Amino acid sequence: MTTQGDKAARAAERVARESYGKLVAILAAQDRDIAAAEDALADALAAALRTWSVQGVPANPEGWLVTAARNLRHNMSRSAAIRARAEPEILRRLDEAQDQPVPSPLSDARLRLMFVCAHPAIDPGARTPLILQTVLGIDAARIARAFLVPPATLSQRLVRAKARIRDAGLSFSLPETYDLAPRLEAVLDAVYAAFGTGWDGLDTLDDPGALTGEAIWLARLLVALLPQEPEPMGLLALMLHCAARRGARRDQQGRFVPLDRQDARLWDRTMVIEAETLLTAAARFGRFGRFQCEAAIHSVHAQRPITGQLNLSALRTLYDLLVEQTGSLGAQIGRAVVLAESGDPAAAAAALDALPTDRVARHQPWWVARARVAALAGNPALQRQHLRHAIDLTEDMAMRDFLNDQYLALNTRG
Amino acid sequence: MQFMLILNETSEDFAQRNHPEQAQTYWGGWNAFIGAMAQAGVIVKGDGLMAPHAATTLRLRDGKRVVEDGPFADTKEQLGGYFVIEVPDLDAALDWAARAPSARTGSVELRPILPMPPA
Repeated sequence: MTTQGDKAARAAERVARESYGKLVAILAAQDRDIAAAEDALADALAAALRTWSVQGVPANPEGWLVTAARNLRHNMSRSAAIRARAEPEILRRLDEAQDQPVPSPLSDARLRLMFVCAHPAIDPGARTPLILQTVLGIDAARIARAFLVPPATLSQRLVRAKARIRDAGLSFSLPETYDLAPRLEAVLDAVYAAFGTGWDGLDTLDDPGALTGEAIWLARLLVALLPQEPEPMGLLALMLHCAARRGARRDQQGRFVPLDRQDARLWDRTMVIEAETLLTAAARFGRFGRFQCEAAIHSVHAQRPITGQLNLSALRTLYDLLVEQTGSLGAQIGRAVVLAESGDPAAAAAALDALPTDRVARHQPWWVARARVAALAGNPALQRQHLRHAIDLTEDMAMRDFLNDQYLALNTRG
Repeated sequence: MQFMLILNETSEDFAQRNHPEQAQTYWGGWNAFIGAMAQAGVIVKGDGLMAPHAATTLRLRDGKRVVEDGPFADTKEQLGGYFVIEVPDLDAALDWAARAPSARTGSVELRPILPMPPA
């Protein structure tokens, strides 16, 4: 009984993690009510825990959950017996559906829901968070942290956006010919944010590939869906470059290894080659964008082991472009570090100091960058101060140890 | 589903209605827009409205009628007319709204018609 209960809990958890967005998308498609779909799915998951621990995990857990959620929504009083009787038929239909070849990327329910969330009639500030929450199942608190907004503000935006999707007349059935390009930016942002969230959680999630793998899968669908758009290719190239280095990011003792010291033999060659091919294909369109730019930066790093040195002047050009493209904190911090690495730590320090204090004071990468710039300027005392702040703001244990080792080395020397 | 296109115009738009030189262009624009909607068969109902100078606003306060001349709010854009159209979704409604002459000078607000509550 306990074993079966454990099994049921694990199965429910796995479906919730892997298929949350897909199930919400399927459930919301009929009446566009995302909030109600989420509630129904939560109830269905609770029902699954109870039922599966007694009857065993069904052959098609996703199908079971969709049926249960629909029944719970449409007829709260419908008896479990009827549900049980309907189940074989629904399972049969779902199996049939799974056997059919995928006719178009838009038949992917999650992808469709992403483009609904990115509709121009939705508050621009809510689009990407909405995709992250409803399609990728990332909780609101985590999104609020990633977007540096108060959680209450974010929840309010999400509630408003869901009400608009339900009531404003947005369509869930996007025609194949519909021009999706204007909605692309928010969708790409969300996919990349999901990738980043999965990436940072590398050490804590029991299944570290789940979210990053999902992000790569969605990017592949986007490339197939919009073959005339270079930015999905750029995004996919960027994520493949990162994912290729998964095995090299930690040494055998689990310690953090920075990019410039990684053993390139541990990089996944197939992924690196695919990324480079995509980047070349994207470049042919002659429309440079943020994701192509970031992928190109990674490409420069990938060439280091081949040429024997890091092409800093290429990096400087690319970071200048990236700052132009996004103006984001990350881009400005990256540019400053490259400036220091190229031999101008004074200019780098000035650039870092010029960033708005209220936004960087508790931003870990800013302190790490300042420490690096101080080291390159030959100022170990200042480097130590900055490292102290960086360590205090670091959640990731391996990264913390890495910074701590630097800090301690400075202590013994000084 | 049904949407109301709420057509808001500027005082310059209203002035054009009777302007000796501009009236023809003004009405020509609206006739073309309405004609296209009629031809596509999307119109459920609709009307143009007299200019805001003809508006009268009433409020009941402590059981007494308070009647004022003019529209209820003095804003840069005023309601000039409306159409209720039947289209598949918001995107289709937005495509029609983009063709309204007042979209260029004033604005078009789109509201889904409230479905009848179940009896």
